[in-house]
Amino acid sequence: MYKILEKDKLASKIYRMVVDAPRVAKHCQPGQFIIFKLNEKGERIPLTIYDYDRKQGTVTIVFQQTGESTTDLAQMQTGDALEDFVGPLGQPSKFVTEDIEYFKRNKILFVAGGVGTAPVYPQIKWLHEHGVTADAIIGAKTKDLLILENELKKLCNLYVTTDDGSYKRKGMVTQTIKELVKEGKKYDLCVTIGPMIMMKFVCILTKELNIHTIASMNPIMLDGTGMCGSCRLSVGGEVKFACVDGPEFDGHLIDFDQAMKRQQMYKTKKSCTIEEDTKHDGSKVCGR
Amino acid sequence: MVDVLRKVPVREQDPKIRVTNFEEVCYGYNQDEAIEEAARCMHCKNAKCIRGCPVKINIPEFITKVKENNIREAYQIISESSSLPAICGRVCPQESQCEGKCIRGIQGEPVSIGKLERFVAEWACKNKIIPTSAVRKNGHKVAVIGSGPAGLTCASDLSKMGYDVTIFEALHQAGGVLRYGIPEFRLPKDKVLVAEIENIKSLGIKIETNVIIGKSITIDELLQEEGFEAVFIGSGAGLPIFMGISGENANGVFSANEYLTRNNLMKAFREDYQTPIAHGKKVAVVGGGNVAMDAARTALRLGAEVYIIYRRSAEELPARKEEVAHGKEEGIIFNLLTNPTEILVDDKGWVRGIRCIRMKLGEADISGRRLPIAIPDSEFELEVDTVIISIGTSPNPLISSTTIGLDINKHKCIIADKDNGQTSKKGVFAGGDAVTGAATVILAMGAGKLAANGIHEFITKKYQ
Ligand SMILES: Cc1cc2nc3c(=O)[nH]c(=O)nc-3n(C[C@H](O)[C@H](O)[C@H](O)COP(=O)(O)OP(=O)(O)OC[C@H]3O[C@@H](n4cnc5c(N)ncnc54)[C@H](O)[C@@H]3O)c2cc1C
Ligand SMILES: Cc1cc2nc3c(=O)[nH]c(=O)nc-3n(C[C@H](O)[C@H](O)[C@H](O)COP(=O)(O)OP(=O)(O)OC[C@H]3O[C@@H](n4cnc5c(N)ncnc54)[C@H](O)[C@@H]3O)c2cc1C
Ligand code: SF4
Ligand code: SF4
Ligand code: FES
Repeated sequence: MYKILEKDKLASKIYRMVVDAPRVAKHCQPGQFIIFKLNEKGERIPLTIYDYDRKQGTVTIVFQQTGESTTDLAQMQTGDALEDFVGPLGQPSKFVTEDIEYFKRNKILFVAGGVGTAPVYPQIKWLHEHGVTADAIIGAKTKDLLILENELKKLCNLYVTTDDGSYKRKGMVTQTIKELVKEGKKYDLCVTIGPMIMMKFVCILTKELNIHTIASMNPIMLDGTGMCGSCRLSVGGEVKFACVDGPEFDGHLIDFDQAMKRQQMYKTKKSCTIEEDTKHDGSKVCGR
Repeated sequence: MVDVLRKVPVREQDPKIRVTNFEEVCYGYNQDEAIEEAARCMHCKNAKCIRGCPVKINIPEFITKVKENNIREAYQIISESSSLPAICGRVCPQESQCEGKCIRGIQGEPVSIGKLERFVAEWACKNKIIPTSAVRKNGHKVAVIGSGPAGLTCASDLSKMGYDVTIFEALHQAGGVLRYGIPEFRLPKDKVLVAEIENIKSLGIKIETNVIIGKSITIDELLQEEGFEAVFIGSGAGLPIFMGISGENANGVFSANEYLTRNNLMKAFREDYQTPIAHGKKVAVVGGGNVAMDAARTALRLGAEVYIIYRRSAEELPARKEEVAHGKEEGIIFNLLTNPTEILVDDKGWVRGIRCIRMKLGEADISGRRLPIAIPDSEFELEVDTVIISIGTSPNPLISSTTIGLDINKHKCIIADKDNGQTSKKGVFAGGDAVTGAATVILAMGAGKLAANGIHEFITKKYQ
């Protein structure tokens, strides 16, 4: 069992939890994720590692309540425990393994949307600790959904935008990218994490702007170890498993349209039934 | 009158009913039936059956004990060679192993060795006979990676020799393929698998789930930081192979691993479990092995019409005979000598059909298998909404890529000595599917057993 040591609410339906998981804490790196399973009957759900404390043996996650499993997780309180918590999974971000001098010479832009702000935090923090100050754009639908502004402000040059203009800049993150570039900023590398649709448009724009872009993908996953293939994506015409080859890929090579369709595979699971199927209750059926 | 040429028939669930549930298909023998079947064994001097069994169970001896209604002794005899008899009795391809060599089978049907083994194991379980643990622990720690049949066997043998064994398992439950791959209707999880795993735990073996070697911790750390003196790798061959044809990433295309894991490990067939599964109406399963049969029969039970698409003929189907027969009784439609060329996708990204080509068998290759050749202009379309790919798996590189000095071959299989499991890295042993590529439960067990002896010898030598 993996005990929840702290829990707090960052915004409407967005929570932060510190979990006791020494084996994960000892080895994890920015860019990696975990899979948790709440109880015997729960699903295996992937979440990015937000922060970690190797000494305390803890891992912090930030998640948005979007469906059944994340709602169940949101009900858990400090002192409760998760039945399963496995990781670290996936490959660390490139800069962890590459020469830090490269990142000192080059200008990096992070572009995050919604709860995707959480997974960029450890990357920005890591770079900051290694003497690199990046630019970062974080976007939210509206002011109430914005998270981690204060934490990030200290670690990077932060630009905040809301779709409805209820706070700071107005418009989508792509709008801010355009504005920054127009102001004369030059970027060599962009890292984007957020809803797939946002990453798709960020990548279309950065391709035009000729900025190499890395996107962190969040397809449907099951085991997270390369065993099932449910997380497969087309990247540059090749099939890749996001859980072992990723989750970060060259954003200009990803087939986002296919990835978005695949993400819908089980979306309507609770509403769809198969008419002719009388023997089996159709309530857990996939949707189309 | 008993017909000595025929096996005592085994009771099974009615095909019409069993396609609507996930209960076990075969009920196995009761005591009377087992004794009657045991009487068919001729206790051959030159018992060829033993030679067919990869772990060399003393078959005539255990069957004689069954005949004498001394099931306890029969269990002891089996236990000398096998630690998972309830499982092997159910899933071994007996027709090509023990029963394939049985002298009784020269005329008429062979002795039903598998069913007798299963009966003995169940009797022992019911009567709470558990394997005996080592008298004295020797204080040496060994790590076992993977809790499939190879890992479980290696761990249990080492533990009986006195070692302090910890099994590390990547998934949240132990059992390997026995847990996530083979369905409930063939291998009941609570009744058989969990019971066997509990037996093994009762020997004092620790099982740590949710630990991925190569990610959560490396083999070098196990050896250098956690005090293990040797490591056994029984990590299986879990990586699914896809065909590389157009449409394979469409919604509704699954690897058999995904489909079966959702259903078996995650229990998607049960309403009260949260993991979803695709209930197709028309499902095509590509492949002809045990995995394909399991996926097909699972889809059938989830309410679909199911086609098997296999490129060779019925004779070459690699699945156990019993599974093919059961699948036929249950209504699976076999499209033999057929190979997929494309998966057809609708405008929303979902499967709408599969394009196939007819095949014929050509000359035999070096391995003696006749190669399937496409017949020109024989392509046709089959309307399906789900495709399950079951054409094989290979070992996962997670361990080999994170362990310095561990050699693998061109198929990504770990290279290990076939007599003692020793790999190219000192103190590291391997066996099962991780070494051979996808094979069988009993071969994995056999390899686990040999490696346990190899590890014992290695550690003993160190202190001489
Ligand atoms: C590598 C990775 C990292 C992630 N990191 C975070 C994070 O840090 N914070 C966060 O809030 N979310 C993160 N996600 C997304 C998170 O996993 C999904 O929000 C979650 O699976 C939704 O589950 P649910 O049951 O609450 O929602 P539901 O809407 O009820 O789930 C719908 C179904 O979709 C399936 N599903 C699986 N993965 C996804 C997915 N990625 N998106 C949509 N549906 C999915 C589930 O199996 C479920 O059956 C990440 C995903 C991945 C793959
Ligand atoms: C659906 C299906 C049906 C089958 N039917 C039959 C049958 O009827 N008869 C038969 O004889 N054989 C059958 N087989 C084959 C048989 O199950 C395998 O040959 C056998 O299970 C191999 O055993 P193993 O111990 O080597 O590996 P596995 O059973 O694959 O176990 C390996 C274990 O290691 C774990 N693991 C992997 N990597 C790591 C890591 N890095 N860290 C920690 N743990 C790890 C895995 O999660 C898994 O639990 C079937 C296989 C499948 C998939
Ligand atoms: S272990 Fe398998 S091969 Fe050996 S006797 Fe039992 S069923 Fe036959
Ligand atoms: S070969 Fe057949 S008949 Fe002879 S001992 Fe073995 S099981 Fe009995
Ligand atoms: S989640 Fe199963 S292979 Fe990636």
